[in-house]
Amino acid sequence: MLAKNIYDVVVIGSGPGGVAAAIAAKQAGADDVLVIERDVEPGGILVQCIHNGFGLTSLKEDLPGPGYAQYYLDQAKALGVEFLLDTMVLDVTSQRKLYLSSQEHGYVDLEARALVMAMGCRERTRAQIRIPGMRPNGVFTAGTAQRWVNVEGWMPGKKFVILGSGDIGMIMARRLTFEGAKVERVLEIQSYLSGLTRNYVQCLQDYDIPLQLNYTIKRIMGKNRVEAIEAVQVDQRWNFVPGTEEIIPCDTLLLSVGLIPENELSRKAGVILDPVTGGPFVDETFQTNVPGVFAAGNVVHVYDLVDWVTEAGFGAGKGAAKFALAQKAAEQRYTPVKAGRNVRYVVPHKLDKQTLEQEEVHLQMRVTKPIEEDVWIEVHGENNSIVRRSERYVRPGEMVTVVLRPAHYAEVCKAGTLTIDIYPKSEA
Amino acid sequence: MQEKFDFIVIGGGVVGSMIARWLSRYEASVLLIEKEADIGMGCSSANTAIVHAGYDPMPGSLKAKMNVRGNPMWDQLAGELNFAFERRGDYVVAIGDEEIPLVEKLMEQGKKNGVPGMIMLNGAEVRAREKNINPEVAGALWASTGGICDPFQVTVAAAENAVMNGVKVMLNTAFLGFITEGNRIIGVRTNHGDFLARWTINSAGMYSDDVMHKAGVRPEFLIKARRGEYFVFDRADIQIDNVLFPVPSSKGKGILVTTTVHGNTVVGPTGTVIDDKEDSSTSTEGLQELADGAKKLIPGLNLKYAIATFSGLRPMGNAPTKTPGLNYNADYIIEIPEDVQGFVNLGGIESPGLTSAPAIAEMVVDLLKDAGEPLVEKKDWDPIRPARPRFRDMTHKERQLLCEMDPRFGRVICRCENVTEGEIIAEVHAPIPAITYDAIKRRTWLGTGRCQGGFDMPRVVNILARELGISPTEVTKRGHGSEYLYRPTKEVED
Repeated sequence: MLAKNIYDVVVIGSGPGGVAAAIAAKQAGADDVLVIERDVEPGGILVQCIHNGFGLTSLKEDLPGPGYAQYYLDQAKALGVEFLLDTMVLDVTSQRKLYLSSQEHGYVDLEARALVMAMGCRERTRAQIRIPGMRPNGVFTAGTAQRWVNVEGWMPGKKFVILGSGDIGMIMARRLTFEGAKVERVLEIQSYLSGLTRNYVQCLQDYDIPLQLNYTIKRIMGKNRVEAIEAVQVDQRWNFVPGTEEIIPCDTLLLSVGLIPENELSRKAGVILDPVTGGPFVDETFQTNVPGVFAAGNVVHVYDLVDWVTEAGFGAGKGAAKFALAQKAAEQRYTPVKAGRNVRYVVPHKLDKQTLEQEEVHLQMRVTKPIEEDVWIEVHGENNSIVRRSERYVRPGEMVTVVLRPAHYAEVCKAGTLTIDIYPKSEA
Repeated sequence: MQEKFDFIVIGGGVVGSMIARWLSRYEASVLLIEKEADIGMGCSSANTAIVHAGYDPMPGSLKAKMNVRGNPMWDQLAGELNFAFERRGDYVVAIGDEEIPLVEKLMEQGKKNGVPGMIMLNGAEVRAREKNINPEVAGALWASTGGICDPFQVTVAAAENAVMNGVKVMLNTAFLGFITEGNRIIGVRTNHGDFLARWTINSAGMYSDDVMHKAGVRPEFLIKARRGEYFVFDRADIQIDNVLFPVPSSKGKGILVTTTVHGNTVVGPTGTVIDDKEDSSTSTEGLQELADGAKKLIPGLNLKYAIATFSGLRPMGNAPTKTPGLNYNADYIIEIPEDVQGFVNLGGIESPGLTSAPAIAEMVVDLLKDAGEPLVEKKDWDPIRPARPRFRDMTHKERQLLCEMDPRFGRVICRCENVTEGEIIAEVHAPIPAITYDAIKRRTWLGTGRCQGGFDMPRVVNILARELGISPTEVTKRGHGSEYLYRPTKEVED
């Protein structure tokens, strides 16, 4: 069980987009802000990005990934943002009800007045680019290998070929070289680099790792573990150029062939996606088509620099807080009206305080049984009596009416719930 | 002292596991040996997962007989062994009027084979039942007894039930040769020593020809590998609700578009005959053939939503059928050869081998009884293999209760398929322990989703290492030689 089951703003994902959204939501006045993270520590993918180059634009500092993450995590914690770690969100409804699962809290649900989707993106896999050949072990996405090397402390191979010149792939080429592995080659099917030029210079050129443009993989060889890959040149339409095949012995193939915004949860909530970006259609506050559901960072579209993700997160968090506060005000406008002692029901069931401020409101009710003596009819809150009048008797066949006037407004505002009791004066 | 059994089953595919389970019913000691690190890693690990109605095999063949006998056995089997099975029927679809005669021929064949519950539908009826179908559809054969299942679960469940009833299963145990006494087989040599048996049963799948040759049986029988490639689609993007066959061709049943018990749409297989019995690779040509084949039935299928490709090998034999007057050379072999004692010989069990597996097991038992084997039923035989919790199939309330019982079920390890740590641990410590990543994958469906294990893989490696008490560097994908990791970082290379 969780301490609370309703929050002003819930953020799914503690990467740079999610944490920035939580900070901005707090700063914009949201009271209860919760960040849910499926990993055991917060920070998202930054945790495994131990290379530097983060924050050059936003912080005017050159930080490694975990350092950049920590900078904002510290801010969030100082502002009182709550974190739920090692917890997976499994379902979200369009009414912003979430179902989560974790070892610590079990399977629980909670509600969000506003929700920020900050699940980031996932890597494209071998199947999505349809590399033919055997299916041995040793074909990993660059991000999975990065987790193994930088977080878990294991080397997933000795001799690597990297397909795709995405940033993670190039950064891993350098990282693996530092760790004593041999990176044979980086192959890129396009005629141009898909990542940043600075990564090409600092990660490949400086370590003599060859990059072959217009090259791809024709097949993977090896039964249990990768034994080699067959590289081939492609023409402008990505057709193989005969005679250019080359077998490159290696034990590991890393794929750095693109990222896809991870929106399966968004879809469950009814969010409509842009087929081009793979992310939700959003307005300038990063609100999706579902009211109160916002999206921040790579879940919207794949960014080049983390600085822009943080900035987008701030925007989404601010929008989410505004929505949540309006939602809360709307909830607080109404006070529930409850049948108490000897009262069967009361109409209306809830009272709009803004109406009561202007005009009188009639509460009508029936009693559960006849009381043939002088009674009190009392409307009260948890700790205050609001109005009390007497009758000589009450009977179920005869409706009872109590009038609330603008004069009662101040007292009504102090009550969470209005309760109406009818009881003999002799019992008072 | 060599361990002695009444029966040794060579090969832990669906057929071998089913035979072991059938034999476990009787007062007898049974050993099943499997060369791989898990059961069901050969032909049973990569097929179309269909329980065929039986209109496809050649009338009069043993294949047809086993298919039609096997099909109705599945309801009880699924109930006892608790695996996913849905008898939702299947269609053979005629695209264009010129294909109608081919479908009608299949219907005739089905009637000859004794298949119940088949009707012809016209184009409009097919369009009403499958909204994504090619609008050129002219009609279809509807076979109401067709079904789909989880073939991994089937094999595991049958073998587990066998183990529960006293069968011994040895993994990583390769058959090397027979121990004979005159013309009687009295045991097998393996990489883990010799084992004696009164009966040895050849259910070696792709290698059943090698095994029978070592027994001195059918030297002319040869198995070729027929390779079938497949595409799997993301169920969030595409959901075809039916099992759709095209009209068959000389290459086989053709490229299907089918739903699965997991909700993913699968397209396949191709049918390339190859020489290498281990070459389960996919090819550029094969994947193109699949794309074209699928579009014939479902023109709107977008390959962009493919989340996996794989290929499986089927053991295509060359055994002539025993039915007089029938010219058919790819029949099943299920026999007790006359010239060798103590040997039950199976071979060429390709499609519909999964459907036929329970019927084959039943037939093996019948052959043994006919051979004078006094098979006495155990009083305490338990046909039920209990189901284990499947978090992703549960309601909110069930999930809540499960997590309260065991908090490890609250920790989701596979983000796409929602498989929990509790489920993984249960499989590691099951009657047939899942000791590799792929074994966990086949049992739980973990890692099969759109991220293809990118998220769960490092976590599962850690869980396996912890539960098995080994180093993460010793954890494998599918047995020795398929390790994930080879050393810690910060170590100097030689």
